[in-house]
Amino acid sequence: MNNSRILKRRLSLILWVVIIAALVSAPAILPVFRLNLLGRYLSLAIVALGVDLIWGFTGLLSLGQGIFFALGGYCAAMYLQLNSAGEFPNRIPEFFGLYGVKQLPFFWEPFHSPFFTLIAIWLIPAVIAALLGFLVFRNRIKGVYFSILTQAALLVFFNLFNGQQKLINGTNGLKTDVTFLFGQLVGSESVQRWLFWITALLVILAWSFSSWIVRGRFGNVLIGIRDDESRIRFTGYNPTLFKTIIFAIAGGLAGISGALYTVQSGIVSPQFMTVPFSIEMVIWVAVGGRGTLIGAILGAVVINYAKSLVSEALPASWMFIQGGLFILVVTALPQGVLGWIQGNGPRNLLSRLGISRYTATYPKLDIDQSQEIEL
Amino acid sequence: MTELLLELKGITVKFGGFKALDDLDLILKAGELRAVIGPNGAGKTTFLDVITGKVRPDEGDVLFKGKSILKQREHRIARLGIGRKFQSPRVFEKLSVFDNLALAAAWPKKPMPLLLESTKRAETERINQLMSIVNLQTKSNVLAGSLSHGQKQWLEISMLVAQKPDLLLVDEPVAGLTDEETDLTADLLKSLAGENTVLVIDHDMDFIRRLNSPISVLHQGHVLCEGDMKTIQTDRRVIEVYLGQPEQEIL
Repeated sequence: MNNSRILKRRLSLILWVVIIAALVSAPAILPVFRLNLLGRYLSLAIVALGVDLIWGFTGLLSLGQGIFFALGGYCAAMYLQLNSAGEFPNRIPEFFGLYGVKQLPFFWEPFHSPFFTLIAIWLIPAVIAALLGFLVFRNRIKGVYFSILTQAALLVFFNLFNGQQKLINGTNGLKTDVTFLFGQLVGSESVQRWLFWITALLVILAWSFSSWIVRGRFGNVLIGIRDDESRIRFTGYNPTLFKTIIFAIAGGLAGISGALYTVQSGIVSPQFMTVPFSIEMVIWVAVGGRGTLIGAILGAVVINYAKSLVSEALPASWMFIQGGLFILVVTALPQGVLGWIQGNGPRNLLSRLGISRYTATYPKLDIDQSQEIEL
Repeated sequence: MTELLLELKGITVKFGGFKALDDLDLILKAGELRAVIGPNGAGKTTFLDVITGKVRPDEGDVLFKGKSILKQREHRIARLGIGRKFQSPRVFEKLSVFDNLALAAAWPKKPMPLLLESTKRAETERINQLMSIVNLQTKSNVLAGSLSHGQKQWLEISMLVAQKPDLLLVDEPVAGLTDEETDLTADLLKSLAGENTVLVIDHDMDFIRRLNSPISVLHQGHVLCEGDMKTIQTDRRVIEVYLGQPEQEIL
């Protein structure tokens, strides 16, 4: 028991050393194009952390995290568009001209402020998640019904955003790479390098925050809700409250993730709220290892990086690989890759292949024979 | 000790056309140990569901410490001081024995204190004491899922006690236990009565006999008769009811 715990601690320490070394050396080694891709995938790791908090720890499988991801992205993009709208007619973002809009819609106004934007990026998704979550959880909607509801909500938001040309440029989305931040083009190399560092820092902060939440008694209540909700209720805890809080936190993380992804990919559009993308988020966590926070980060980064490499080499094959990966995890590695490693999976595999010996469960009885003879 | 802790007045619960509980009355005094027995389908578990707020009765009222608790939700009732042990042991298998008990002992049970504070020293001492009572002190850091069936039962009972409830509702605590474990459980429950009020549901007659407490017999959703073991065993109605159930003929 103790040995395996020390082993696990060492394993996660090694993983962290590798991750931080990779992050620090990446800007020096990778060309800007690759660095930018890595930055995008790191920002996806933050939404994956949120999925892990609600699914891996609390047992809430949300298929609608794209809503909160996109909201964060829109908040960031609205600020950048306003910040760069000075030279356009009516001093409002250019796209409004296409639809004959002369007056800035009222909800854009607060996004003139960078401080408001920095708060809105996580607060707006968190509040909407809390409202949505509270209504669902209060009515004790659980399991697959919860998943279907979140997916339905995702479709509602997608259609809403997709149709609002005059308010947020509808299906075209809001571009950020041609906007300006501190007088520099957001799509420029130097800004993108900075954004990579900010993303890397925020991933580590989001991980620390998440592990602080799940480490203590609060996290134990979440695990209790996942494993036996009515037992938690009869122990005197209100599951609705805890679920709402953790769903809001996951929503806030998704918002931060979406904002970082937007500024690094150059555009936010309703495509962020498509059904497959939200399902992919779940797959990253499932493959990486739900219930292990590092697993969620690694899942998001490695799968997405693999996706871009494979897509460059064999454009049509990625969907098959992703599907296969998911089937493999569901059938053979239900705890994900990291969960499998932590659960002594490699040793079991080796012993099954006959390469390593089974670990004896009981002390060996090697004195038996001689004793029997003597007796 | 004559204070009334729990009063059930004319409780009726209907599932479709079937009456699971039918005009059930029951009174528990503070500090009492009470056993409830009855054949399968007599409404024993439904009766606990009503007290703990899981099922709303169609008629009747439940008073706890003189106040109606019918409108309260489950976690509120638990915080008022009613603890429940389930029929099959239900512990949090992915948490350690200590963490299981810490969840039960934690107070207040609100998100912010749980997030910001760790287990208080008084709680830790209490948990250690409980673990030594049920012989789990060496298993403190072991996952509850790896305990034996009997140990899980005891863990769940000690979680119940850690909650510091005034009323302990214990549903079949000895199902699947060895004779020795059964005796120990009976002694444990007896020692809890007095300070706490304990209501035990079971149909293991040796266990009930060992509890040596007043017994209420439930049949078709209402209390058939109450009294000590001797009264029950000689009551004609009880014999009639149980004769319909050959495996219970030991009565």
